[in-house]
Amino acid sequence: MRHPVLHWLLRLPRHTAFLAVTGGAILLALPFVAMLGGQAWVRILDLAILYVFLALGLNIVVGFAGLLDLGYIAFYAVGAYTWALLASPHFGLHLPFWVILPIGALLACLFGVLLGAPTLRLRGDYLAIVTLGFGEIIRIFLNNLNAPVNITNGPQGITLIDPVKLGAFSFSSRTEIFGYTLTGPQKYYFLLLALCVLVVIINYRLQHSRIGRAWQAIREDEVAAKAVGINTRNMKLLAFAMGASFGGIAGGIYAAMQGFVSPESFSLIESIMVLAMVVLGGMGHIPGVILGAVLLAILPEALRFGVVPMQQALFGKVLVDPESLRMLIFGLALVLVMRFRPQGLWPSPERKRELLAGREGRA
Amino acid sequence: METFLQQLINGIVQGSMYALVALGYTMVYGIMGLINFAHGEVVMIGTMVAITVLGLLAALGVPMGLAAVLALLAAMLACMGLGWSLERIAYRPLRNAPRLTPLITAIGMSIILQNLAMMIWSRNYLSFPPIIEKVSYEVAGAHFSNVQVLIVVLAALSMAGLLLLIYRTRLGMAMRATSQNLPVARLMGVNVNRVIAAAFIIGSAMGALAGFMVGAYYEIAHYQMGFMLGLKAFTAAVLGGIGNLGGAMLGGLLLGIIEALGAGYIGDLTGGFLGSHYQDIFAFVVLIGVLMFRPSGLFGEKTGERA
Amino acid sequence: MSATHDLLLEARAVSKHFGGVKALTEVSLTIRRGEIYGLIGPNGAGKTTFFNCLTGLYVPDGGGFTFDGRPLQADAPQRAAARGIARTFQNIRLFGQMTALENVMVGRHVRTRAGVLGAILRNRATREEEAAIRRRAEELLHYVGIADRAGDLARNLSYGDQRRLEIARALATEPKLLCLDEPAAGMNGAETEELKVLIEGIRKDGTTVLLIEHDVKLVMGLCDRLAVLDYGQKICEDVPAVVQKDKRVIEAYLGEVPEDA
Repeated sequence: MRHPVLHWLLRLPRHTAFLAVTGGAILLALPFVAMLGGQAWVRILDLAILYVFLALGLNIVVGFAGLLDLGYIAFYAVGAYTWALLASPHFGLHLPFWVILPIGALLACLFGVLLGAPTLRLRGDYLAIVTLGFGEIIRIFLNNLNAPVNITNGPQGITLIDPVKLGAFSFSSRTEIFGYTLTGPQKYYFLLLALCVLVVIINYRLQHSRIGRAWQAIREDEVAAKAVGINTRNMKLLAFAMGASFGGIAGGIYAAMQGFVSPESFSLIESIMVLAMVVLGGMGHIPGVILGAVLLAILPEALRFGVVPMQQALFGKVLVDPESLRMLIFGLALVLVMRFRPQGLWPSPERKRELLAGREGRA
Repeated sequence: METFLQQLINGIVQGSMYALVALGYTMVYGIMGLINFAHGEVVMIGTMVAITVLGLLAALGVPMGLAAVLALLAAMLACMGLGWSLERIAYRPLRNAPRLTPLITAIGMSIILQNLAMMIWSRNYLSFPPIIEKVSYEVAGAHFSNVQVLIVVLAALSMAGLLLLIYRTRLGMAMRATSQNLPVARLMGVNVNRVIAAAFIIGSAMGALAGFMVGAYYEIAHYQMGFMLGLKAFTAAVLGGIGNLGGAMLGGLLLGIIEALGAGYIGDLTGGFLGSHYQDIFAFVVLIGVLMFRPSGLFGEKTGERA
Repeated sequence: MSATHDLLLEARAVSKHFGGVKALTEVSLTIRRGEIYGLIGPNGAGKTTFFNCLTGLYVPDGGGFTFDGRPLQADAPQRAAARGIARTFQNIRLFGQMTALENVMVGRHVRTRAGVLGAILRNRATREEEAAIRRRAEELLHYVGIADRAGDLARNLSYGDQRRLEIARALATEPKLLCLDEPAAGMNGAETEELKVLIEGIRKDGTTVLLIEHDVKLVMGLCDRLAVLDYGQKICEDVPAVVQKDKRVIEAYLGEVPEDA
């Protein structure tokens, strides 16, 4: 009897199978290697992989359906606060994750539909501005809904949030497995990795389905897509709502992993960062998006460890703090990629042709 | 009733500033179908330049009145240059690209400008020096100041000037033609590049004026102030019917009034549940409402649903 | 053709104006099942406007359509397609970055059902449906004669092949009425002849065809009946032999510069 994974591997061309096995091994070994540098590195790894998840969620909206969502992080916030409120001492609720996560996803999805339904029948740019506004509104509410009834605890945020727990198995504490101590962040790494694999599969399968074809058709010629009977508004709404749900799930995991949420974590710049990941990597191309997410997620660390000492060496003081440099780099990345490499760093072969063609073709 | 009148006055003042900024969005959108997300940042930079110039001139002992005029001119020149460069460097190379491309670029430019401004003018709140001696008047229990009157009058004058430019000059005619139909305008010999550049430059000049007013009115400035201001001004443009100059002006006024009245009464309306710090959500509610029920705006033609 | 005299489409006093321009004024016509019906007229006569009203791209300002026994809610193209009206475009609108096969597969969208869950789970029903979509798309490419180009991007096909591909995509929606907007535009004599054979075949296989065409020779040889539009009004509707002799038609055509497509 062959295991299905083994069966799948054996059917692949030899070098692909080799890549899959080594890639898998590296991914599995990564948190242990990072641990050598300290717990902080494992946390950075966790965040990076969470961003991969987020970026792949946004990829459905931006990459597949071609809709510009500038408030993606608002859905992430909805998911995070759902978790925070339903599993923390704040309300004294401690619901299990398999209850909260779907609620968070559904709530995010609901917000997505409420925003998308009026906007998606219009030209695409309206969606951009509406989502942009929504991102700010959510933050205003999170900041202010602490009085007269304290719902969100305002700018202080919510603390002591429950971790992901499976019965007695908590993802936040240390566990002894085979004589090796697995730390909390390491366990979250594997949880997030599993989720990422899942979202990669979902992305891939959607892209190569009736739904994915309809999205591509809409992206290329909306009028022709309507003429062959595609309900373009519903299909766009579907993509938008799906993206929102993934944002909601990611937010829930984020809240559980950090144990703390506050409105500050959900600012516009986070939305821009996830968008930059999708754009930089290559809209619609799954490996490209993953690359973009990893690159931009580790960028702040690279800046902190690279640019600060460099500035000190060169000018004797820190002229530009790494935080603003990071934002500047996001902005520049968006502008430069759109100008010189609209297909992204690692585009899909078709998308590359499309964007290059768009340059010559359209008036 | 006092609240009503007071908030109405505040709304009109705020609304005239929205209207000035909204003009920049609506002109660019009308001509090339682009939401110039960076416009709010252009306005912010106008405020910042004005603050810097005012500070310099004050240090040189230039009298305040002259300094204010020079600072306004400097802010306008700086913004016109910025608007022109934005178009030239960032948007023009993308003119034939797929729709998403210039939008993403605009977002990128907005982020870049914000952070450059932060590096230049710091991440702190800056105070805008008082330009004229503030005098308050009272009518029927509502207060208003000479600064407010000046803002409304100046805004009205400059908008009248803009309308004259658009409806009485050759450039204005070319702009209107281009916004009707760009390819045809080009065929008829309109220099489309020049028209688009003009839209950016004029819009930025209006934006600089608005930025100056916002600074003078609130006496404070911050590198992130352009974001919300831009979002609201865009809402005003959509409310009035995007692409429609008169619509942007009325939309701005209306939005200012809605917001002021909303902030004045939100506590009563929600039984004290929501307070005036929710003021910012009104613009958003208006935006969603307009898009849902009348996407072409209050004064626009029915063109919003082009695929 | 057994159902020859059964009505498929009835247009009643359809009007459409753009600002002050009357593009269509109370145009009424009927198309019978199984016929090839031609819609001709000089440039700007309102042919494409009529098409756009019929296929839901425009909402008519007056009048309406009855299609297949029921009124047509002509307010959304996707609904028209679902009812069984498929169209091609005068200035070919393909999904340029998708392969020819994928273009036709998109055409199956309206007749298939796999949703998000099916796509993600790839359950048996979805896999079977997907295989059926692919099979049907391949058949249709074969039917219009471009099976060998299945894997090519639509934008890389020759002009004639793009026209064929657009027809295949329209046929994939299983239309009762296939509306072709100047399918022979830009084709040479041999290509036009092939197109004629294709359209006749489509009719023979049971699909009614509505044809807008400039090429009068093609229309006269192909259509069972014709309507002639001029300045947005129907000036004549009859069999080709009669239309050809109609005084007003001759005037309408001679009034403008002769055109050879």
